Amino acid sequence: MAIVKSSSEKASSDAVKPKASSDAIKLYAETVTVHPRRVRGIFRTIKWWAMAVLLAFWHLAPFLRWDRGPGAPDQMILIDLAARRAYFAFIEIWPQEVYYLTGLLMLAALTLFLMSALAGRIWCGFLCWQTVYTDLFVAVERWIVGDRNARIAMERRKWDAEKLMKRGAVTVIWLLIALACGISFALYFDNAPTLLREIFDGTAGMGTYTAIGVVGGACFLLAGYAREQVCIYMCPYARFQSAMFDEHSLIISYEAWRGEPRAPARKGQSFDGRGHCIDCRMCVQSCPTGIDIRDGNQLACIGCGLCIDACNTMMDKHGLPRGLISYDSVVNQLGREKGGETKFRLVRPRTIVYAGALAVVGVVMLTALVNRRTVEVNILHERSPLYVQERNGDLRNGYTYKILNMVRRDREFNLRVDGLPGATVMVIGDEDQGSKPELDVAADTVGTFRVYVTAPQGSTKGKATPLYFVLTDKRNGSQLRSEGLFAGPDQE
Amino acid sequence: MASIEKDSVSGQMTTGHEWDGIKELNTPLPKWWIVIFWVSVIWAIGYWIVYPSWPTTSNYSHGLFGWSARGQLEEDLKDQKLARSQWLSKIEAASVEDIAKDKSLLNYAMVGGKIAFGENCAACHGTGGIGRPGAYPSLADDVWLWGGTLADIQQTITHGVRNSDPASRGGDGSATMPSFGADGILTPEQISQVAEYVVSLQKTPAAGSPGEKIFNDNCVACHGQGGVGGGIPGAPPLNTAIRTFTKPTVEGVIAQVTKPHHGSMPSWGRRLDATTIKMLTVYVHSLGGGK
Repeated sequence: MAIVKSSSEKASSDAVKPKASSDAIKLYAETVTVHPRRVRGIFRTIKWWAMAVLLAFWHLAPFLRWDRGPGAPDQMILIDLAARRAYFAFIEIWPQEVYYLTGLLMLAALTLFLMSALAGRIWCGFLCWQTVYTDLFVAVERWIVGDRNARIAMERRKWDAEKLMKRGAVTVIWLLIALACGISFALYFDNAPTLLREIFDGTAGMGTYTAIGVVGGACFLLAGYAREQVCIYMCPYARFQSAMFDEHSLIISYEAWRGEPRAPARKGQSFDGRGHCIDCRMCVQSCPTGIDIRDGNQLACIGCGLCIDACNTMMDKHGLPRGLISYDSVVNQLGREKGGETKFRLVRPRTIVYAGALAVVGVVMLTALVNRRTVEVNILHERSPLYVQERNGDLRNGYTYKILNMVRRDREFNLRVDGLPGATVMVIGDEDQGSKPELDVAADTVGTFRVYVTAPQGSTKGKATPLYFVLTDKRNGSQLRSEGLFAGPDQE
Repeated sequence: MASIEKDSVSGQMTTGHEWDGIKELNTPLPKWWIVIFWVSVIWAIGYWIVYPSWPTTSNYSHGLFGWSARGQLEEDLKDQKLARSQWLSKIEAASVEDIAKDKSLLNYAMVGGKIAFGENCAACHGTGGIGRPGAYPSLADDVWLWGGTLADIQQTITHGVRNSDPASRGGDGSATMPSFGADGILTPEQISQVAEYVVSLQKTPAAGSPGEKIFNDNCVACHGQGGVGGGIPGAPPLNTAIRTFTKPTVEGVIAQVTKPHHGSMPSWGRRLDATTIKMLTVYVHSLGGGK
């Protein structure tokens, strides 16, 4: 811009003359630290409560116990990576059931959509860990350094003993909070009381300390320094939220028709013929992302409602009606200008679709969980050799037969084969080597068996004949039928 | 004359160099980059002190804690050995029959045996013991040249076949097939006749043929009546299609009868410890169907 201006306004002979540095092209916008002002009000109260409940859950949940019987971990929420099991209260998940995680993520996404369509960005404003930790870190700064003005002054101040001490104290407390965050993360992956002791006496594994360092370090940097930059530049949700919104969605909205034209309030001046906005900029100063909500809804608005608290306080002071900035829909906001009533339309095609999808995924997940099989079988056909012809002409195939016993109880099974006439099955290690071998699998383990199936010559059809393994639980007689292949010589 | 000045357009300083009126802006590396660079340099110096790094004329600097990659390996191997010892000591104490009966021991021995088989045996006998026709016998079928019980297999692996170990299978020459053709025991015509009879054993034996008489006179002692085997250890049954050194055809049998091929196998007791051989025994036994 500056170049264009200089060549058009002045003759080229003037170009040599150096210009003031304020004219210099700036392609990079310096980040301005946002120092939110303290506010009081309903949204602030909700935010404190949300923070207390969420942080309490995050730090205490690993210590909740859940009895699963002897030999099993008794932690309610546990992701045991070493043993490859995940526990959520009464649910125990094995690695091959990781599709439950997909379902869980779908539920989370749909809940987020529905929540946004119904009540706006309450996830961003109240529940997201970035919001919660940023809020907590700002509270620490406010406690040590002071409110907005004191913090701005401190930022501009030259480094001296007081600044060093106060900034140091803030950093140390931040680090402690971040450390607690990282440790709590690690506690979900091992028995919490034991691991907590190990972390402090230095006997925990390298992986644990790395996890604490990464999660704690991220907490420290993101909540301490990156803050609103995370919401504006890093988080994808801010970018696609507009797709979730319609004119009935609840957003933080400024009633421009009532507020404008804005002007500073003078003593004794009547508000007739002018807007109710007194341009005190409290809404801007209280905003944790540093935006001016009077410019309308924007992606940097995380919907926390702190500007509403700030504005309502000022409106009360000047005897004006509350709600110049409110948590409301565009339809209501514009409707009130024409004297319309405030109505919340919660049932809309958008919310019906989100709620429906949520219900479908929920039901599918629940059905899968209720009908979860407690035994699973993996069959691997031996490849070298594919088949063996015995001296009497019979054909023999070898298999590695794995039984996943997914309950906390030792189980006994019988194995037989079906679908191939005259075929017999034999398990290595089975003592009596009878026609119905017995397979024992210890509680919550995978039993691996070497299994041979022998079929008389001529009973097979070409290179591969289908056959079925039938596994019978000796206790309740329930059967698991799984298909396999029997290899034989090619027959023309 | 070079002079450092402020550029009017960008507001940045120049380097002070000028070439035909073109001046270069001084754009230093970002501060964070410089900081990381120097931190890395300091880190490297610390690394030299803590870890072995510098060669000296006769040796090298050992570092503060004397760490070495080889020492680390030895440590890891020691840990491995300790972790395995509870199983290995049980296997050492048990007989192969006991191992086959104890399901947890069997499970461990099967895995250990599979690995030992892959390292020592599969080169000749093939993966899964499929053997190599004409050279090495298959271990996957139910024909055992030297006996198929656990004890037999353990003996064969420990001492080998036809080698300098006095206890090796056929080491005393007891299981050597005579060179019927090369030594002139049978005429080529007789060999052809007996070969035709041997091949016919797989299906319907040609009763009353001249080959049958020659077979009964010369072969039955070792290969059994009707070629069912079991005469002496090492003599395979001939009434099946399973063969090691010959194709189950007349030509194949003629070649073997004329100048027999004999296999040999090292005495593994001289190379492997008894525990490994026990695990191998259990594994090889299972390959053949575990009967």
